[in-house]
Amino acid sequence: MEHLIQLTNICKSFDDNQVLKDINLYIDKNEFVTLLGPSGCGKSTILRIIAGFEFPDSGDVLFEGRSMLAIPPYERTVNTVFQKYALFPHLNVEDNIAFGLKLKKMSSGEISKRVSKMLELVNLKGFEKRSINALSGGQQQRVAIARALVNEPSVLLLDEPLAALDLKLRQSMQLELKNMQKELGITFIYVTHDQEEALTMSDTVVVMKDGTIQQIGKPTDIYNEPKNAYVADFIGKSNIVSGIMKQDCLVNIEGVDFECVDKGFAPDENVDVVVRPEDIYLVEPDKGKITGTVESAIFKGVHYEMCVVAADGQKWLVHDTTLFDTGSRVGILVKPFDIHVMKKSV
Amino acid sequence: MYKKYLSYPHLMWMLIFVLVPIVIIFLYSINVLSTNGTTGFSFENYKNFFDITYMKIFGYSLWIAFLSTVFCLGFGYPVAYILAKRERERLAKGKKSSTMFMLFVMPMWMNMMLRTYSWLTILESNGLLNTLLGFFGLPQVNILYTTAAVVLGMVYDFIPFMILPVYSVLVKIDPSINEAAEDLGASPIKVFFKVTIPMSLPGVVSGITMVFLPSITTFYISNIFGGGQIMLVGNLIEQQFLVANNWNFGSAIAIVMMVLMFLSMKIMNLFNKGNKQMAMF
Repeated sequence: MEHLIQLTNICKSFDDNQVLKDINLYIDKNEFVTLLGPSGCGKSTILRIIAGFEFPDSGDVLFEGRSMLAIPPYERTVNTVFQKYALFPHLNVEDNIAFGLKLKKMSSGEISKRVSKMLELVNLKGFEKRSINALSGGQQQRVAIARALVNEPSVLLLDEPLAALDLKLRQSMQLELKNMQKELGITFIYVTHDQEEALTMSDTVVVMKDGTIQQIGKPTDIYNEPKNAYVADFIGKSNIVSGIMKQDCLVNIEGVDFECVDKGFAPDENVDVVVRPEDIYLVEPDKGKITGTVESAIFKGVHYEMCVVAADGQKWLVHDTTLFDTGSRVGILVKPFDIHVMKKSV
Repeated sequence: MYKKYLSYPHLMWMLIFVLVPIVIIFLYSINVLSTNGTTGFSFENYKNFFDITYMKIFGYSLWIAFLSTVFCLGFGYPVAYILAKRERERLAKGKKSSTMFMLFVMPMWMNMMLRTYSWLTILESNGLLNTLLGFFGLPQVNILYTTAAVVLGMVYDFIPFMILPVYSVLVKIDPSINEAAEDLGASPIKVFFKVTIPMSLPGVVSGITMVFLPSITTFYISNIFGGGQIMLVGNLIEQQFLVANNWNFGSAIAIVMMVLMFLSMKIMNLFNKGNKQMAMF
């Protein structure tokens, strides 16, 4: 099957700083793809290359199999929702949304029909004549989304569109965006540094670091089967400890053998072992595989976040609904399939 | 907490050096010397100004000020646009702001009279311009003491006042707004006409105010470039005070001009209403 968008061997440098190193990525129709990574990892640059605002030093951007590089941004069938919204301050809500349609010389009847449909979709009916400056951040965000979506693009690019909103608004907008994407059947390419946002909304998550792609996969795969310690650490809190792979399905951590489900490592290979804090069970000291002392305990709402220090000084982050008091001795248990063994990252 | 008394020196200053002189000028303007040597108050000086001779001078001043403003806008806007564009590109690359802009507004701090006089040596019949033209075998131009020379002088003197406010608005436009317009299907030319120009209007309005108002009332530019043959409202007022020694009539014209300026500033401000992106002035 032909991919909607395909990036092949994209490299890009600004002055001496190489921000993208040989990026290969394809995006299918109706997919919700999230580019996830810390600031400066090159995720926004990928978006800007697809939109046409940046030119790759090498490599190609294919759209339905044809190269897009020679096409200027104003002729591409993609639309962007900018990080700071970039609304036109000299136009009201209605004229902002109609901007793209007016350029297409659409009849005014058709324009007003489409604009009012969009305003309904983003819950801003009755705001037609409002000035942009009179809107709250969340409302401006909706106008920015409506302004892009009204052109019925084949791909919508979103550059950290929710970064400026407060937590509650952000969460409700996440759901709304996801619903819009399903309803309209438009491909979304979404850039964020918020791992929770990425996991909530996406069909596919692309984890990036320093201009390279670390892992591409479904949110559940990325979370449960991180490819390396970096991905594991970036996607949620993790315990990453060194271990030695004794044989298939047996890893030694701090001198204690743990059963696991990973295979294919060399005997006695040094590995990284990742254990999610919620996968650790705290038990009586004599029943655990490793014993330690609770150093701190913080109430987090649903669970307590506790830091357990093992005998050799290794710290374990534990999420549990029952509280173990600071200073008490506990044992640590992990189930075999909750142990993720990965090659040492260099 | 605001300490009101801190503003008293400023209020005193304004009172003594702004309000009191205006009141004195107003008193002069309604003071009429009658034939039997006694003085009385009437609005006769104002009535005299609305005479066809003076109205022609007034109309001519408006025309010259209009021409100067149009030329200042026509030349100043592109300059401001190019400077702002360069500056934004420099800032985007993290470079220091350029000195180019300083070069353009530096003449503002030099004595205007001096700069105006220097044009004489360029424009006079054996001046720099004609020497150069003669050198290339081109016909001589004698524009000194014509309307064209006065307009040239005004454009030269006042163009920084157009460039500065337009530039300061343009340089503040977020580059992502231009990108957004392009993203929505606007070619660079359309971005300019549909986004850049409308967004720079507050700067243009301040620029027009800063050029048009002084252009109406200037007298030294028309004196120097007009050689006494060009009579503008400014020259008229100057003449009434210094030559005709009729301070009362001169004051009346000055008051009329002040009212007109106040009104035109009010009108200009209407254009800025509702637009939060105010210009520098």
